Amino acid sequence: MRNKKLNVIGKPLRKVDAAAKVTGRTTFADDLFLPQMLYCKILRSTRPYARITGIDVSAAESMEGVKSILLGTELPITFGILPVSQDEHTLAIDTVRYVGEPVVAIAAVDEETAEEAIRRIHVEYRDLTPVMSIDDGVRLTTEPIQPYAEQGNIHKTISFEFGDSRAALDRADLVLDDTLFYQGNTHLPMEQHAAVASLQADGKLVLWSSTQTPHYVHRALARVLEIPASRIQVIACPNGGGFGGKSDPFSHEIAVAKLAMKTGRPVKIALTREEVFYCHRGRHPVLMHSRLGVTKDGMITGMHFQTILDGGAYGSYGVASTYYTGALQTTTYHIPAYKFEGARLFTNKPPCGPKRGHGTPQPRFGMEIQIDKAAGLLGIDPAELRLRNLVKPDSQTANWLTIRTMNLRKCIEKVVDASGWKNKHRKLPFGRGVGLACGCYLTGAGLPIYWNNMPQSGVQLKLDRSGLVTVFCGSTDIGQGSDSILAYIVGEILGIDPLHIRVVTADTDLTPVDLGSYSSRVTLMTGNAAIQAAGRAREMLDDAVASELAVPKDRIVAAENRMFDSEDPDKFVEFAKAVQLAEAKFGTLGTVGSYKPPQSAAKYKGGGVGPSPTYSYSAAVVETVVDPETGFLRIEKVWVAHDIGRSINPMLVIGQVEGSVYMGLGEALMEEQEFRLGVHKTPSMLDYKSPTSMDMCPVETFLIEEPDPMGPFGAKEVGQGPLLPVPPAVCNAVYDAVGVRIDEIPVTPEKILKALRARGQGKDGRYGPKFFPSIEYRDPVFILPPWEGGDGRSGAQPEYTRKGL
Amino acid sequence: MRSKELYRLMVNGEMREFASYPSRTLLEVLREDLGLPGTKHGCELGECGTCTVLVDGQPALSCLLLPADLEGQNITTIEGMTPGAELHPLQASFADLGAAQCGYCTPGILLVAMALLDENPHPTRHQIEEALGGNICRCTGYLKIFEAIEQVADAK
Repeated sequence: MRNKKLNVIGKPLRKVDAAAKVTGRTTFADDLFLPQMLYCKILRSTRPYARITGIDVSAAESMEGVKSILLGTELPITFGILPVSQDEHTLAIDTVRYVGEPVVAIAAVDEETAEEAIRRIHVEYRDLTPVMSIDDGVRLTTEPIQPYAEQGNIHKTISFEFGDSRAALDRADLVLDDTLFYQGNTHLPMEQHAAVASLQADGKLVLWSSTQTPHYVHRALARVLEIPASRIQVIACPNGGGFGGKSDPFSHEIAVAKLAMKTGRPVKIALTREEVFYCHRGRHPVLMHSRLGVTKDGMITGMHFQTILDGGAYGSYGVASTYYTGALQTTTYHIPAYKFEGARLFTNKPPCGPKRGHGTPQPRFGMEIQIDKAAGLLGIDPAELRLRNLVKPDSQTANWLTIRTMNLRKCIEKVVDASGWKNKHRKLPFGRGVGLACGCYLTGAGLPIYWNNMPQSGVQLKLDRSGLVTVFCGSTDIGQGSDSILAYIVGEILGIDPLHIRVVTADTDLTPVDLGSYSSRVTLMTGNAAIQAAGRAREMLDDAVASELAVPKDRIVAAENRMFDSEDPDKFVEFAKAVQLAEAKFGTLGTVGSYKPPQSAAKYKGGGVGPSPTYSYSAAVVETVVDPETGFLRIEKVWVAHDIGRSINPMLVIGQVEGSVYMGLGEALMEEQEFRLGVHKTPSMLDYKSPTSMDMCPVETFLIEEPDPMGPFGAKEVGQGPLLPVPPAVCNAVYDAVGVRIDEIPVTPEKILKALRARGQGKDGRYGPKFFPSIEYRDPVFILPPWEGGDGRSGAQPEYTRKGL
Repeated sequence: MRSKELYRLMVNGEMREFASYPSRTLLEVLREDLGLPGTKHGCELGECGTCTVLVDGQPALSCLLLPADLEGQNITTIEGMTPGAELHPLQASFADLGAAQCGYCTPGILLVAMALLDENPHPTRHQIEEALGGNICRCTGYLKIFEAIEQVADAK
């Protein structure tokens, strides 16, 4: 029988790998040193956009210690994370599209030799005119960066209309019309990407890498190297931070694999910090235009939301990112009619992709600022306006997302109460202010990245007669504690201390597929798979122990490393003995479990991005002090509440909340990727500003626990969602402090000063984009919302949705 | 042609004699020549604090140091934080409070914290923030790190 009392779940236990982490004994990819190992260096493009007219490697080739030189022409097959964007070559062949793009790879006896050899390679370029901004990207172009783009440098456009948004805005007493900008920024994981490839004696290829997605790297290697996937083993080492930045298959991973095949020796690459900036795949800069209709009572009537994403030179996750800039606008506040138009541009910069919150922090930023403005114009408290519009639990949104547990009300009430909001908002002295914002995030994407109907996560258990249980799972621990979650869940169900559990993860030879550490999917999906596998093990153990103790099977309980009769706890066997009894009865013990998310109610084309088994919610209040003389702002404190479902380990949950708030503050206040003449302006830890220990403010975290039926033990995600409310809450707090609107991040003293000066001159007290370029979005796909009798499919297109009307 | 030179360094209380290229930094020597990969790197430009070790008890960035300048000094790395298998109290508190998420910046931060507490057993929160000002952590938001250091200081 299922244990009634929880012994492991909900406890602030050490992580299973905590001791290794605090003793420096965790083996990251660059900590691998193999006999005969060669070192790889990559020559990267110095031009933002150019044709390669010649590569002369002769001076490098003749150097002592240089073992192999790899050119793009040797790997003509392209790759990319999404099936629709297989647009990257391992090494550039004819064209370079951003500064930092890999061109030549070298393997040499040591790093110094490889570096020197790289310096001796001469590449000739014929420069083309680079596209470096959204304004550049929307213009017509004679030489598009990618030939497969939809129009010019417009990679992809998306358009949906859920209900009659125009009529909805007409019905409103107030229509807000805002243009906002969210600057791009990067993950900046402390560990620079590294990979080691080795050709085994039997000809099998092994790649160790700092990747969040070993399964997708496995597929990319097989595709590009043209060898069967069954002859390739990918092992994801523990990641020294990921945040989405190690979720794509990368050129350097394929390059070392090919060099290992060419030389027959292990080959390592460890990227420099500058190179990590060029790998990027971080937050897309997004320009947004939003029209939000509200009644005088503060009820939302409809929304028309438009985005333009500055994508960089390749597809990466960008098509998905573009959908995400519209998909989750409907999940917090009830939007009766919603129109979304999104477009992604190719530009000559490192490719953007998924960073913590993937495509959703930008539109959330726009929306939460706009709601704050609406509340101000209507004279309604911003918390109250949000509470009036909340999406209901167990409901469906305009775009057919299924909401399960939804505790945003409690989150808002908690931070409003704890922060003293009612005595502070619009009541603090000039220069000090509070701002509120909310957010919502997926607990795992509903669909895998490539179409298939197999499980998204699998777990195998091996029960040893010593009492040791080994959990095999393809998931990747990037610091969030996913290995520990597996141990806690299996330990809970089998009634054993996680100390007696060995977790083996992220090895394509040994572990069943899990799609990877992205979309906040890991706890829910691996957790549910682990519950199934452990439940099946319990069946056998209960059976064998019931026979031994001569009690009915449904009375057997497992806890504290024993299995006993729930009605007479003195009748028990030790766990190891239980395994032996079961092994004698059933033979060698092993079980499997797997998980696939439920089918989505969104049946329309493009409805695959947004559905999730369940959604997490967060609310935050930020208090700030702004010096009106200098524009300097200091964040005094953040109160944040997160709807977690259930904490598997509250210590780890709070760690994720605090880390998300920190990263949100970095984006709000200082982090930005800027380019000048095609060159990244700040590709170093010093120049790319991120918050230090001295910049961090106190954070008070509240966890709202109502177990969600979809989550393992009721757990929802926490790794990404709590970032979302932070940037808009900062902007809303600045407005409360000094009465100016900063409609873009980062919020810098300079922008605050400019807005203050403008207001002083009688102009609009606002800093932000003034113009939204006209884009040829496609005709919208029209879908009736659930409350208008739709069925989740796209319908006949009403005349009013046509362009030009 | 580059050639190696002989060095003698006192690392974690052991005299280590080895041959290495004069251009190699202490960071590279520790990781690649002396088999001590616990010291990590985040930038190799002295900007992130990840590669911090102690030189005569003081935090120093191993990516900016050359072994030739360090003969006769005591170098402590994460591997030398405790003599045996037991965790140092700071290591235990970091593990207990979740102050190490990915664990990559952790060795450097632990050594800075150890040096701080050696000099100032009861630092204020502000003094802890200042001591860690040169060590970037991207996972934790620093708060659990502060708490873990305070827990050890409070127990003293």
